[in-house]
Amino acid sequence: MADWLSPSDWQAVALSLRVALWATLVSLPLGIFVAWLLARKEFWGKSLLNGLVHLPLILPPVVTGYLLLLTFGRRGWAGGFLEQFGIVFAFRWTGAALACGVMAFPLMVRAIRLSIEAVDPRLEQASATLGARPILVFLTVTLPLILPGIIAGAILAFAKAMGEFGATITFVSNIPGETQTLPSAIYALLQVPGGDEPAARLVGISIAIAMLALLLSEWIARAVARRIAAG
Amino acid sequence: MTLSVSLRHAFPGFSLDVAFEAPKGVTALFGRSGSGKTTVVNAVAGLLRPDAGRIVLDETVLLDSARQVFLPPHRRRLGYVFQEGRLFPHLTVSQNLRYAQWFAPAKRRRDFDRVVELLGLGSLLDRRPLYLSGGEKQRVAIGRALLSAPSMLLMDEPLAALDTARKAEILPWLERLRDETHLPILYVSHSLPEVARLATTVVLLDGGRILRTGPVTELLSDPDVAPALGIRDAGSLLTARIAAQEPDGLTRLDSPAGPLWLPKIARPDGATVRVRIAAQDVMLARTRPMEISALNVLPVTISAIRTDQSASALIQLSAGGDHILARITRRSLTVLQLAEGDRLFAVIKSVSVADESVGLTGP
Repeated sequence: MADWLSPSDWQAVALSLRVALWATLVSLPLGIFVAWLLARKEFWGKSLLNGLVHLPLILPPVVTGYLLLLTFGRRGWAGGFLEQFGIVFAFRWTGAALACGVMAFPLMVRAIRLSIEAVDPRLEQASATLGARPILVFLTVTLPLILPGIIAGAILAFAKAMGEFGATITFVSNIPGETQTLPSAIYALLQVPGGDEPAARLVGISIAIAMLALLLSEWIARAVARRIAAG
Repeated sequence: MTLSVSLRHAFPGFSLDVAFEAPKGVTALFGRSGSGKTTVVNAVAGLLRPDAGRIVLDETVLLDSARQVFLPPHRRRLGYVFQEGRLFPHLTVSQNLRYAQWFAPAKRRRDFDRVVELLGLGSLLDRRPLYLSGGEKQRVAIGRALLSAPSMLLMDEPLAALDTARKAEILPWLERLRDETHLPILYVSHSLPEVARLATTVVLLDGGRILRTGPVTELLSDPDVAPALGIRDAGSLLTARIAAQEPDGLTRLDSPAGPLWLPKIARPDGATVRVRIAAQDVMLARTRPMEISALNVLPVTISAIRTDQSASALIQLSAGGDHILARITRRSLTVLQLAEGDRLFAVIKSVSVADESVGLTGP
């Protein structure tokens, strides 16, 4: 099976999967927390937070990538600070994961926020009257009920991260084996003569992974919803 | 166990200002929709933080706005049974019940099996709330509240969402709860029959203010309160003891007012019951009626007469220490020339006392 893909093609596929997985897993707890803040709390600066979360959805990806470079690059204030602890984003696969995570964040937050808003707050009140502290109310009532939304949000974010191109290439460039994800590899192949055929194979893989992710999310969400509502 | 409540809270277009005490037994917060009943209960539960007030349950200060004390709901240990049950849809009945038990302090934990038995939940344990009837849901909700080991129960119209048959199914469980658990219960209702069956004390609310509070027998037989309760529903409570089951299907009861014959009440001899007699089912006669079909003829004395602009009059009758209310037309009042202190006979048809008007007496 590996015959029809060159080792460097495989490298791009594997890297993309790794980048997307890390981007999704690391941003998920933060995504749930921000979605909960936006859905359930009133506080000063809520509109600002909401805007900030959604900005990557609307900004040109190249702008997001450039801002990441300014902030998390070697000379950026956050990048310089984190480097002291050995965390480096610039021109590493971790940077690709960061860029993908940021770009996918609004999609994840939206899906989870909608599912939190669909939870009847009166169930949470009932839990409180039974003696549950706010954090336990969230863990025992809210979280199980929004599980389908979390899964949907995570898979949406994963698919978005798999396909992210503009911010990634701007922030961490296109280094084979380190930051050359599936879309960057396709782009690179299309820039050279005779690259059409290998590019087409990668395009096929892209489509297959995206389809698979969507089907999987549908299936899991339906299974969880069934367990929650009926079982 | 006494709950003492004093609250002030302003909503747009509505203000609440109440102060009352709920002694042990069932204290019914009674009033029309929008009279502020649920607001009071939510404030007691801690789901609403009122503008000002003080709520104390025995020694525990739940709220004292003057001293900036506000105990959050999860630290109040009050079992709240909501109108819509609010069972957790992702848990089975058994898990819903265990959930409550899990948060109860270990030394106060109630026996799971006893609560299941008390409310007849045994056959429901493995089901999900989605597959329960309205009545079953409410029983589970009551069980869940009990298992959280509360110092008091709050019930916000637990029967309002149910049809008549389901109500009749739950009422005996509530009576059992009141008589066997000895938990004080704050019970919100706008249904007089429910209040008549369950309440020990009544707090009558109207437009965010308290009109009257007092023992249920006293309040229900007070002709001055009747208009606020709804004149059509007016009726008094008699406490009676079951004397005998008679072969023709009737039950004979002894009441302070005299013997009563009612359609079969399935209770052992000697049990005390409370019987609600609707004012519009009581007829009055100057002389003891002979050869009439009604079985219950009680000698009574008029203790009060109330008339208003309507065609009817309310007569309060005293009968051996208890009171009976009668609603007759003003024309009859004039024709019979009734006056306070007159000795009369009250006639009550046995079959007019519906099954659901007979309940167990409170502690």
